Parts: sequence; C-alpha cells; structure tokens
Amino acid sequence: MRLSREDVEHVAALARLGLTEEEIVRLQDQLSMILDQIAVLERLDTASIPPTAQVTALSNVWREDVERASLPREQVLANAPRQSDGFFEVHAVMAGSDSEEA
Amino acid sequence: MSSTPLTWLTAAQSRRLLDAREVSAVELAEAHLARIEALDGDIGAFLHVMADVALAQAADADRRIAARDVAPMTGIPIALKDVLVTTDAPTTAGSKILQGFRSPYDATVVRRLREQGAVFLGKANTDEFAMGSSNENSAYKPVHNPWDLSRVPGGSSGGPAASVAAGMATVSLGSDTGGSIRQPAGFCGIVGVKTTYGRVSRYGLIAFASSLDQIGPFARTVEDAALLLGAVAGHDPHDSTTAAVPVPDYAAALGGDLRGVRVGIAREYNVDGMEPGVSDAVGAAIDRMRDLGAEIVDVSLPHTEYALATYYIIAPAEASANLSRFDGVKYGLSVEAPSLRETYERTRGEGFGPEVKRRIMLGTYALSAGYYDAYYVKAQKVRTLIKQDFDQAFEKVDVIVAPTSPTVAFGLNARTSDPYQMYLADVFTIPANMAGICGVSIPCGMSEGMPVGLQILAKPFDETTMFRVAHAYEQAEQWKDTRPAVGSLA
Repeated sequence: MRLSREDVEHVAALARLGLTEEEIVRLQDQLSMILDQIAVLERLDTASIPPTAQVTALSNVWREDVERASLPREQVLANAPRQSDGFFEVHAVMAGSDSEEA
Repeated sequence: MSSTPLTWLTAAQSRRLLDAREVSAVELAEAHLARIEALDGDIGAFLHVMADVALAQAADADRRIAARDVAPMTGIPIALKDVLVTTDAPTTAGSKILQGFRSPYDATVVRRLREQGAVFLGKANTDEFAMGSSNENSAYKPVHNPWDLSRVPGGSSGGPAASVAAGMATVSLGSDTGGSIRQPAGFCGIVGVKTTYGRVSRYGLIAFASSLDQIGPFARTVEDAALLLGAVAGHDPHDSTTAAVPVPDYAAALGGDLRGVRVGIAREYNVDGMEPGVSDAVGAAIDRMRDLGAEIVDVSLPHTEYALATYYIIAPAEASANLSRFDGVKYGLSVEAPSLRETYERTRGEGFGPEVKRRIMLGTYALSAGYYDAYYVKAQKVRTLIKQDFDQAFEKVDVIVAPTSPTVAFGLNARTSDPYQMYLADVFTIPANMAGICGVSIPCGMSEGMPVGLQILAKPFDETTMFRVAHAYEQAEQWKDTRPAVGSLA
C-alpha cells in the first residue's frame, strides 16, 4: 500500500507533528514499506475472533472515594515553560486565529 | 575482604560482605563511580551520573547496616533506565523534548528501592522513549557493547544492560515493551527479566505502549535478578493494572535440578536469517537442560509469524496516544509560535527524533478514521490468537525455551537505514509482551566472540518457575563467569 503525500500530511496534522519537507518525503516511503510488511495480517481470518485490548483479566478497579493529598502546585508548575498566577499559560484558542478542526 | 573486585561482586555477595561489615556501602559506591568515570566515556551507558546522591545514599546505607536495619537492596549500587522518573536527577527518556525535566515525584519502583536503602548510580541511556532495538535512537549518544565497542548493546535498555555487563553497576532496572530488556541482556551476556504484565508497578515509568510496558531487572546472575525483582514487585494503588498477587520469595525458591520440569520447544522460533552460532548455542542449552532432568516437549505457537506485524500496529497506536502529552505546555521543550496549534507542531517537530516520529505517524494512521478496523482492531484480534497459542502451549509445558534474538549484537550503524530490519531484532521477544507472560534472557554461549541469549518463557505470575529453570541451567554452565575484555581496563 502506497501512502500519498496528502496521507502523510493529514496524519501529521492529526498528530500535531510538524514535519520538514525532507521528513514528509522520507516518511511517505518508510511508512508505505512498513504497511506492506504489516499486510501479512490480511492472511488471517479473524472474523470470529474477539479483540484483546489488555491481558490483566482485571476490570473496573475502584478505590475508595476519599480525599488524598496531591502534589504541591509549585512543584507541578516547576517544569512549565510558561506560567501565570499559578496556572499553565497557553495561547488563546478561541480568538479565531487558531481554528481547530472539530 | 573478598578476592573479587568490588565492581564484579554480585548483589548477593555484596549483601553478605556488607552485613558482615567487611565492605562498606560507601566503598562499593566509590568503586562503581570510579569505574564509570574510567569506562563510560567509551561505553556511553549513562546519561546522568548521580555521584553525590549515590555517596549520600551509601552513607545512609552504612548507618542502616550498622543498626541491623537491612533490606535486600540496602547499599547495592543500581542504575536506573532514564524512563523511570526520579526527584533527585533529571529524567529525559533519551529525548530532547524532556531535556532538563525534573520529576516532582518518584516512580514506585524508585521509591521502593529508596526505602530499601539502595544506591542510585545514575540514569542509564535508552533509545528515545524506549523505541528501538540498538540504543542508536538515543537523542544524546549511542551505547557501545562492552564485548565489542563497535557493536550495539541492543535496546531499548542499552544503557542498563551495558552498565551491568561492564561492571559499572551491580544490577539495573529497565523496561520491556517488545523485548527491550531481554534483547539487550542477550546482546550483552547478562540476565534480563521481562516480568508478567501487572507484576511491577508502571507508575512513574514514562509510558510507551501501556498494555505492553513492564519494568524488570538486569543482573549478572539469576539470583541477583530474583532479588531485585522481589524488591520492586507487587500491587501498587497508583497503577490499577498491577495485580493483587502476593510476591513470592523468588531467591529462596532457587536451587535443584530440572527433574520433572517440562521444557517446551516451539518449531516456529526458527526463522530465516537465524545465525548458525545462535542455533548451535541454543541447541546445546536445550541438551544441557535435558541432561539436568528436563523433559523436552515439542509445542506449537502457530501465530508467531504474525506477532511482529501485530506489535507494529498496537505499540505505535498506544504510543501515539501516550506521547500526545508532550505539547510544550506542561513540561519539557516548548518552541514559541504564534498560535497554540503551531506551538504543538513546532515543539513536537523539533523535540522528537526520527524513530519516535515514525511511530507516532504509524500509530496515528492505524487509529485514524477509515483505518481503525483494518489495522488496530485487526491487530487486537491477532493478539488474541497469539495469547491463545501460549495458553494452549502452557497446558503441556512449564516453560518454553527459545533464542532471545536471531543474531548476536550487530554493528553500530548496520541497520539504521532500514527501520523494518531493525524491528526484526525483536521477532522472538515480542510475542511474550503480546501475551503478557514473563520471560528471562540468560547467557547460553558465544558466537563470533559475542554472547548468545537464551530466552525462558513462563506462565503469567510464574516467575518462580522461570527463575528456577534459569538458575539450574546457569549453575550447570560457565557463562555467568565469562566477562567482557573491557573489564580488564580498570
């Protein structure tokens, strides 16, 4: 299966991953080749096989709904590139300059 | 004093000498730090050496030992793969995107070792976000195999493996998502354990593929690996995937021969491109197990050939979701741009290396609208088949024995141009992660002057049998006493 340049650009946009022109061209080749190898799975009929998402056999692990101490705010913010008044600071996303797709 | 140099003592030997006050924890720490200083410029196993922390911890350990307040890891020098977060050293995951990051909390395994009085030598090198089979994807520097500096140590836990193989650390912790402990253990001629999924808390392990990742020990002997696993294993309220299964005394269960043990051999673990030296060494190991009383039984794992493709859908899919947290807002690199979206894209574009980008792209593609069923759901269904293979095989046998890798350690730069060739290095280790079972790689011979790894796979939460079989074989052979020549340099 050959990925198009548009496929690569679309996936990079979904992943919020900035790629250089060289990377787009290289990934088009490399991802196409890897997908060709992965196509081996098409040989298996799995119509009646249930999927496995995890192997623990655990489900719905609950804990008591009690208050617990959380990390101090200044420690949580210590690695933040930008902070303001005790919060992480980000660019405005509602101003219209940054139209996110739905 | 023992005649063995301090840096070649096992953890079990060190324990006896420390408790008898024949060696101090400070002496042990100083010997290892000196060896790191002497050798690591050539090997590159450490991204950050914690000399001050180690010496302070060692002094504390000596006080505990004097007060007879001793745990198995008190005073033992340990290297930590740099995907385990630590409050007193940077954690980078081998990535530029986390350069300078300092965690506000310790990983559970780190906390447990700290409480035992262990000595942290440093943060060990890794492929970026544990994605790789050669450690060449580290954003900082490659690791050189202590047996031959022109070869890779394996990956992604190349630093933890090389540090123990070269006598720079007594034991270490790594992580294994598709073979990242067992494969470098095999390449470096030491013991490495991929624990049962749910056996060790992943809290504070920087996530790669959450349904596959497990933390486990590296050591030069099976006994040391058993001791270290016992120190870190067990249920953790911070990781809901840990099982409330009691942790047995793994080290106490070691001993005896293999009479009554059924050892399975799977014909599918023989692939094109397998090196004759690897086949020969593994064949000889199976003969030795038969000599020790094991019953050798043929088993079939028919979906083995599909495991690699399944892994390269599931692991990148999970990674693409996990790595979305690196957004330039909360921690790590942030590249300023006019909008939030461009900040994301530029931060991630500049902060991630080529292999990480490849996997984010592959995973995002497999999860994207129109391809989700064809790739991701399909792979999850094949995962069921791979798991069923093991369930059925383990009805007939106690352990399954196989090569750890089809080849010995390959040369630096030998496989970097072809991603899929690199992925093939994990063809024998990936199935255990898909099924969630446990496995260990132990040395079983030499080929081309390089160590060959033997993989022993066991049922979920049956690390005891896995260790017993590994130990019986280890004690019958001389490989644990075979050391790389780099050991003579210091």
